[in-house]
Amino acid sequence: MSEVLLSAEGMTRRFGGLTANQSVNLSLERGVLHALLGPNGAGKSTCINMLSGDLPPSEGTIRYKGEDITGLTAYQRSRIGIGRSYQRTNIFPKFTVLENCRLAAQSRKPRPWSLFTDALAMPEAVERARAAIAEAGLSGRENRVAGTMSHGEQRQLEIAMVLATDAEVLLLDEPLAGMGSEESAQMVTLLNRLKATRAILLVEHDMDAVFAVADRITVMVNGQVLESGPPEQIRNSPDVQAAYLGHEAEHE
Amino acid sequence: MNSQVSTIFKLAVMAGVLAFPAFGSDFYAEMVAKVLILAIFAMSLDLLVGFTGLVSFGHAAYFGIAAYVVALMTPKYDPANLWLALPASVLAAAVAAFVIGLFVLRTKGIYFIMVTLAFAQMAYYVFHDTPVGGGSDGIYLNFKPDAAIAGWAPFDLNEPHHLYYFVVAAMLAVYGLLKLVLRSPFGRVLVGIRSNEHRMLSLGYATFRYKLAAFTLAGALAGVAGFLYAVLFGFVTPEYLSWHKSGDVLLMVILGGMGNLGGAVAGAVALVGLQEIFTSVTKHWQLLMGLTIVAAVLFMPGGLTATPARIMARINGGKSNV
Repeated sequence: MSEVLLSAEGMTRRFGGLTANQSVNLSLERGVLHALLGPNGAGKSTCINMLSGDLPPSEGTIRYKGEDITGLTAYQRSRIGIGRSYQRTNIFPKFTVLENCRLAAQSRKPRPWSLFTDALAMPEAVERARAAIAEAGLSGRENRVAGTMSHGEQRQLEIAMVLATDAEVLLLDEPLAGMGSEESAQMVTLLNRLKATRAILLVEHDMDAVFAVADRITVMVNGQVLESGPPEQIRNSPDVQAAYLGHEAEHE
Repeated sequence: MNSQVSTIFKLAVMAGVLAFPAFGSDFYAEMVAKVLILAIFAMSLDLLVGFTGLVSFGHAAYFGIAAYVVALMTPKYDPANLWLALPASVLAAAVAAFVIGLFVLRTKGIYFIMVTLAFAQMAYYVFHDTPVGGGSDGIYLNFKPDAAIAGWAPFDLNEPHHLYYFVVAAMLAVYGLLKLVLRSPFGRVLVGIRSNEHRMLSLGYATFRYKLAAFTLAGALAGVAGFLYAVLFGFVTPEYLSWHKSGDVLLMVILGGMGNLGGAVAGAVALVGLQEIFTSVTKHWQLLMGLTIVAAVLFMPGGLTATPARIMARINGGKSNV
């Protein structure tokens, strides 16, 4: 058995009368890329927001390496090794690529009390930032102003920033959104490389990409987990076909 | 090259400021000192507005509180000790900023502006409507603080030149301190918060604490300015905490160019200079002032400090078209 890093048990979130997530169970293991599928409004974003600490669950328990972290805030979860990227590119557009990642890396050793040291003279953070940039495939772009790069490169930077925080769990919210086919292919290669040492949750609309990289797929519909299993099981599941794949086919 | 030009310009201004008392009259020396003090005040606000993205509309509170502390620490017939009064007034301003920051930093945007104003108005009325600080009349400092350490006085603030250079030194110290802070990891985080606070949280930064630290530091430095202002003019009034004062300092920051310490200084020079010119021209000087500020915001986006670069860009752009 591989090592479970992050897990949710009975995770529920209500917004007034609406139940966005109903008793969701999910576990992320090191070396496994776990994809979360579902039609719009299925509760995928709510789910990832609860795992990252952006949103507190109404009920349920979230564990990281066996410890209950349900009460931790987003920044506390980031500190222990849970990193997330955003569906809508969420970078520092006016900073350079290096500064975006350096700031992410600095958060591991923030040293806010050292008011009189030059942030750029702290080699650990700069080195970690450069490593993350290289890993995300952005080498050579270090001094570009982030906001002036192409959409695809900004998506790569989004991932590089998470990597610079040395996260062991990556919660990736639609990293392929709006990408061209070539950029998508690069990202899929990157995801395959990243999952070797980390646990990844991938929320994604792109079916082809999901079936190309996922080791395990969870399908959500109406805030509930419909089915969870390896890709073949999901592909052949009549329930999934009826509720989601078939549903989409009807519209085509 | 551009940064060299700006460094040379700053050094030239500094040389002028240092040489000023030798040539200018005492009246104008006092005005330069006033500008320098307001420059400290504006730089302290710029740390919040320009670098952290927190638009405080109640920054005069910390300026005024420090001014009142030195006034209240000065006995009627004796000077206060500088080395006690200065830290005490700065500390009082810092404590006030820390406590107020605990509340106001829970809000954002327009609410933050309003709540900082509300707290500053509360502080204003404490001094205006209670006998603590002489009510609406304020209090006179009959003596400037005594700089003696165990009987030995390195300088005497009653000497106008000594006071002038004390203010210059304070201004340089605050400028240097903020420069260091802004290039430190802490300063980088503040700029990150301004750019995208949500992402800073998800990268693992406890942004509230950073903002509170910035708010407290800005309050303390506003306190340095308030202390010097009270000492320079020898009296304090509740007007030091009024929203006009908060508005003036915000204008200095905007006029000079946000997120640029040199801009805050330029803004202080510009605002005091314009006031001086307009009041000598007409009784209705505030009308002229208002129009000038509207024009400045319309035609100089980025403030005074961004204007030379904009002009250069326009000239170069014109050339390439020809």
